[in-house]
Amino acid sequence: MLSIKNLRAGIEDKEILKGFNLEVKAGEVHAIMGPNGSGKSTLASVLAGREDYAVTEGKVVFNKKDLFELSPEDRAREGLFLAFQYPVEIPGVSNINFLKTAIAEIRKYQGLPPMEAKDFLKLVKEKQALVELQVTLANRSVNEGFSGGEKKRNEIFQMAVLEPCLAILDETDSGLDIDALSIVANGVNKLRSANRSFIVITHYQRLLEYIVPDFVHVMYDGKIVKSGPKELALELEAKGYDWIKKELGATIEA
Amino acid sequence: MTNTAEKQSISEKLISTLELEKNGLDANESRRALQKEALESFLKQGLPHRKNEEYKYSPVSNLFKSDLVAATAQSGPGLKKSDIAELRIPGLDSHLITVVNGFVSEELSDYNPAGKSVQIFHTLGTVKNTPVLFDKHFGQFASPASDPFIALNTLAFKDAVFIQIPENAVVEKPIVILNITNATQACLASPRCLIHVGKNASVQIIELYVALSQNDQVVSNSVSEIILEQGAKALFYKIQDNCPKLNLFTTTQASQESDSHFDTHTVTLSGSWIRNNLNIVLNGEHCETHLNGLFLLNENQHVDNHTLVDHSKPNCESNQLYKGILDDKSSGVFNGKIFVRRDAQKTNAYQSSKNMLLSDDASINAKPQLEIYADDVKCSHGSSTGQIDEEALFYLRARGISPEGAKSLLMLAFTQDVVNTIRIDALRKHAEGLIEKRLSK
Repeated sequence: MLSIKNLRAGIEDKEILKGFNLEVKAGEVHAIMGPNGSGKSTLASVLAGREDYAVTEGKVVFNKKDLFELSPEDRAREGLFLAFQYPVEIPGVSNINFLKTAIAEIRKYQGLPPMEAKDFLKLVKEKQALVELQVTLANRSVNEGFSGGEKKRNEIFQMAVLEPCLAILDETDSGLDIDALSIVANGVNKLRSANRSFIVITHYQRLLEYIVPDFVHVMYDGKIVKSGPKELALELEAKGYDWIKKELGATIEA
Repeated sequence: MTNTAEKQSISEKLISTLELEKNGLDANESRRALQKEALESFLKQGLPHRKNEEYKYSPVSNLFKSDLVAATAQSGPGLKKSDIAELRIPGLDSHLITVVNGFVSEELSDYNPAGKSVQIFHTLGTVKNTPVLFDKHFGQFASPASDPFIALNTLAFKDAVFIQIPENAVVEKPIVILNITNATQACLASPRCLIHVGKNASVQIIELYVALSQNDQVVSNSVSEIILEQGAKALFYKIQDNCPKLNLFTTTQASQESDSHFDTHTVTLSGSWIRNNLNIVLNGEHCETHLNGLFLLNENQHVDNHTLVDHSKPNCESNQLYKGILDDKSSGVFNGKIFVRRDAQKTNAYQSSKNMLLSDDASINAKPQLEIYADDVKCSHGSSTGQIDEEALFYLRARGISPEGAKSLLMLAFTQDVVNTIRIDALRKHAEGLIEKRLSK
């Protein structure tokens, strides 16, 4: 599904990803944890195609295509979805209208016939119920006046409607209390399938109790320094990021 | 010294090419006298030159370069009923007053002159049967001395429309004034109208500006006066679409008595050079007035919206929202004046000008002007000019929407709050369609 080899990328003169490697197969859920400044959000931004970042080295293959040859909208149309850490408010663009347009463009790209209006409404209703997004929020402008939790739920709602094959959740748990977290995680879990992969980027282990990963990777200083099964997250929680730094310290200073 | 001499000769030249006496002076004595006064006022003021603050960003000399003759109904090809049908607003059942080059065409119009809730009258050819209210209010608030273009229209108009809504009448169907310019030679058209809304009456007026000829030396200079008596309510829409080569001046002069309500929208999607002057005097307490404007410009279009709200009595509220999207080499001007006179306590006056520039060569000059002489008031003004929100653009692209599609969505969103307040459904739908079409080009 996704193969990242030796990815180096940065912004202006600063290199942030320093040889990042990751393999994700269909149906797998990978968690990426790391301290602040490790490059987690940069990874998400580079994969989504933000133009402020420059890729200096490496190759990313998504769905058998070279990801960097694709524009941000084509990456989305190929089935990549980024749930933003700070979703932007877009007054005047309604949630429904925006999703309708997105679906139309994605289907056109994939060679599918356009979706009928009534089928779209049915889909929206179904997914709203799935992620417990209130009807009133769906009719408003994108994220306008939404609380932090509502914005995150709106990201998951969009994911449910657009049915991507690779979803990257960029610190979806940040700013959420336990109840909001549980609703968001529920939504994500309902979307797990053999054809869909997830990369869950998070700072805290707590989210991973709700969205149980197949693999946990620890990211530090722009690359993955340790990988393991879900228990690794608990070990990290208990020992803290300093434990990783110390382990690496031995190698780096040598 | 040279400037004064120059400006006089351009305006004197204009007066001579207009040949005012050629098509006959007004048959009505008092109108003729008013026109004579206006002529003197115009010659005294002359056409504004570059140093005139009110026309600083919209110099007019190029518009009057050619010899402009006075437009007549025959200045362009004859129009058929089918031509008019195409120009009407789809799905809107309305009264229709068709004005061609400043002259009312009864055959191409569709109105009942002596309706129960509204009487429509036009002055051409009449000598003595002008309604009393017309003579009382004509030129009362649009004074030639205040602006050379009011003076110019007053001296040159040949046919004025008068719309009278009696006390307590509610005009169910909107009244559309279809202002067509189709002159094929350089000329000056002077459409004129006076609308009197009686006490507690209510009306919806739509002024549509259409230009059908390819001649770019045609100037239309229109003046509309609207009087709202106590408790009256008027919705007034000025739509400037489908007038590509037109050079247009419009002056809308409104005066409101107490407890009246005036809502106006000026939507400009077409035109070569347009100056809209909107002046509102709040003559009574507890008035409410809303001024909305939207202009979408591209290529070399120039649109200048000047507004003036004069709070001369207490307890009134005014609100101005003007938005523009400018592309290519287009230029826009917004000058919003608010006067709050000394006795106008408890005034609420708000003004907002928001603009989006899509190219390096597009420009906007936005200037708020507030003169506040009362001390217990709430007044605010805000102006912002920017480009498309990059964050929002990326968000939409990251969901699969093309950059062009995303830009259109965002620009459409920008126009929402001006368009949403258009209360006539068919007109709002029509405007939304025109805007969407314009923004996805």
